[in-house]
Amino acid sequence: MPLVKGGKITTDPLVHVADDAELPGEGAILISATRFLGDAEALSWRAGELGVVWPNNRDLDDLVPHLGRLAAVALVFPSFRDGRAYSQARLLRERHGYRGELRATGQVLRDQFVFMLRAGFDAFEVRKEADAEAFAATVKRYSVFYQPTGDGRITALHRRMQLRHSESAGQ
Amino acid sequence: MYAYDELDRTIINERVEEFRDQVKRRLSGELTEDEFKMLRLQNGVYLQLHAYMFRVAIPYGTLSSEQLRRLAHVARKYDRGYGHFTTRQNIQFNWIKLAELPDALADLAEVGIHAMQTSGNNTRNVTSDQWAGVAPGEIEDPRIWSELLRQYTTLHPEFSFLPRKFKFAITASDHDRAAIKVHDIGLRLYKNEAGETGFEVLVGGGLGRTPFIGKTIKPFVHGHDLLSYVEAILRVYNQYGRRDNIYKARIKILVHELGIEKFAREVEEEWLQMRDSALAIDDSVIKDIRSRFTYPVYQKLPHMPDELKQAAHDPHFEAWRRNSVAPHKAPGYAIVTLSLKPVGGPPGDATADQMDAIADLADRYSFGEIRVGHEQNLALPHVARRDLPALWKALDRIGVATPNVNLVSDIIACPGLDYCSLANARSIPIAQELTRRFADHDTASLIGRLHINISGCINACGHHHVGHIGILGVEKNGEEFYQITIGGRADENAEVGTLIGPAVPYGDVADVIEDIVEAYLALRARPDELFVDTVKRLGVEPFKERVYATR
Repeated sequence: MPLVKGGKITTDPLVHVADDAELPGEGAILISATRFLGDAEALSWRAGELGVVWPNNRDLDDLVPHLGRLAAVALVFPSFRDGRAYSQARLLRERHGYRGELRATGQVLRDQFVFMLRAGFDAFEVRKEADAEAFAATVKRYSVFYQPTGDGRITALHRRMQLRHSESAGQ
Repeated sequence: MYAYDELDRTIINERVEEFRDQVKRRLSGELTEDEFKMLRLQNGVYLQLHAYMFRVAIPYGTLSSEQLRRLAHVARKYDRGYGHFTTRQNIQFNWIKLAELPDALADLAEVGIHAMQTSGNNTRNVTSDQWAGVAPGEIEDPRIWSELLRQYTTLHPEFSFLPRKFKFAITASDHDRAAIKVHDIGLRLYKNEAGETGFEVLVGGGLGRTPFIGKTIKPFVHGHDLLSYVEAILRVYNQYGRRDNIYKARIKILVHELGIEKFAREVEEEWLQMRDSALAIDDSVIKDIRSRFTYPVYQKLPHMPDELKQAAHDPHFEAWRRNSVAPHKAPGYAIVTLSLKPVGGPPGDATADQMDAIADLADRYSFGEIRVGHEQNLALPHVARRDLPALWKALDRIGVATPNVNLVSDIIACPGLDYCSLANARSIPIAQELTRRFADHDTASLIGRLHINISGCINACGHHHVGHIGILGVEKNGEEFYQITIGGRADENAEVGTLIGPAVPYGDVADVIEDIVEAYLALRARPDELFVDTVKRLGVEPFKERVYATR
């Protein structure tokens, strides 16, 4: 499954380690929330970057105290119809100030890219090769946005305000 | 009227291009039907019994004549020459071809109409009072806020994949014409003691399989906080609404399961953390939106012009005027309802020719503006009273002057088994038969205000629960049967109707309704005691006895 990060298809630096597999001694890993919370103390001494897959039905309160030492949080779309992870993403970015990698996993399709970017995702495990290749073109589909989110894109309402101010300044 | 600016136009054009690409990928097989389904639904496209159905939004029920003409064009060019106005201020076309949909959307986008989120598990078209801005006694025009919400809910990055659909309705009048109590979020605009504009916020209303009347979650939310408060509700729902069972996924079930107090606490806690965010609305934003609504410049006109005095001698005109003309906030003007419920016709349908003619009449008599109400009728909101006789003649010629507004034959009905893949039974022929039974205007007037609502299945698109008389089609051993409820209402005193007894077969429905109406005429305390009030006073028993005594 291709990983898109920084707008490009890239090699995944995180080794996905299953719950019943032995942890590699070093190197960057991505593990489940259960494994992470079960052994958070020991993992904190381990060398190498750490990423956690956080289920979309688990309260973020359990994750928030650990955010400072995570290189990546992967949120899950069990189906593209299940939008819970959009709320989790915005809360991590906008309320809890998380600045590490925020990865979308599961059924990630082209037609969600813009929503995901706006919610704060910056890495995407894309289901289909063709969708991953279309990433750069797809995210340019929209140039106007109605809602303020933490992604910094200026909203239509504020563009109008700016326009009004510049018009009145020019008079 | 709200005028789109370049930014609004850009968004809908970008949406059309996105959908064009999605249709192309579906037709090439790149997208599976499962993947495409949600994308097409979010653009208003359903797969029905015979063809694709296309649902176009008419935000808060306001149309310009140019927009109505474009809807007529779509009906003619891409469909079979007619459209169906729904109970949520949408219009549906029933025979559209998938490959032509992007072009139809592009044609509509040119006049600022779209089909975004008219279906799918997202926030739907924001609806409002069809008399907004013209009703006497209204606190202020609720469409300013409706438009703010329309923009806020359009392509929302967090709430486009909710557990289930989500509907807003707003009213700013004491009499609720927007049915806010049967919406996921209902907003009643009022001014508090300090004179500040805000909203009573109701949540968890809805019909369908499990009907609930909305409950007040917060008695007053300041206008500045409207979007942040709505976002808090949506966020709690997005996270905790059920996704395991489609029939339990609406917010009404979450509110019911948690209880309104606990749900309100969850929302409050969320809201307090973000009320001062970028969602806070300052007055300049409201002013900007308001500045893009244009209002007619009314003339000083007499309340009782000569034209009206003369026409009063014509009993047909008088019957129509008394029934279909309502008071306007400006002296000398009136609000005119156009009945889309002709005797024997399918409720809410209009032909392309009728739409064009109505658009022309709107230009001539109503400052180019048309309204769409949830009762599936249209309205011309700014008619000079002196023009009423001429307008009536023109409306009568095109078949939209049946004087039955709010009467027994002004039936709300879903498309039912004639079109819909979800339906268990037909709705339209039941409605048609009832309009024939009650075709006599004098009888209908004698009966007075009486709303009959018909749904062809439990999903309740015809809002049968809140009809004064509700008719619900069900299937029993392969045959169409109908359950009858009475005493429902959708206004400020909204209530779910009560079942009167066992379901009756298709052929008996019209007789049963006649029995109920006759029972009412015999039982009412006074001629002006409305049907619903008689049911409220006496309960369902006397009606039940009458209906089942001989069956």
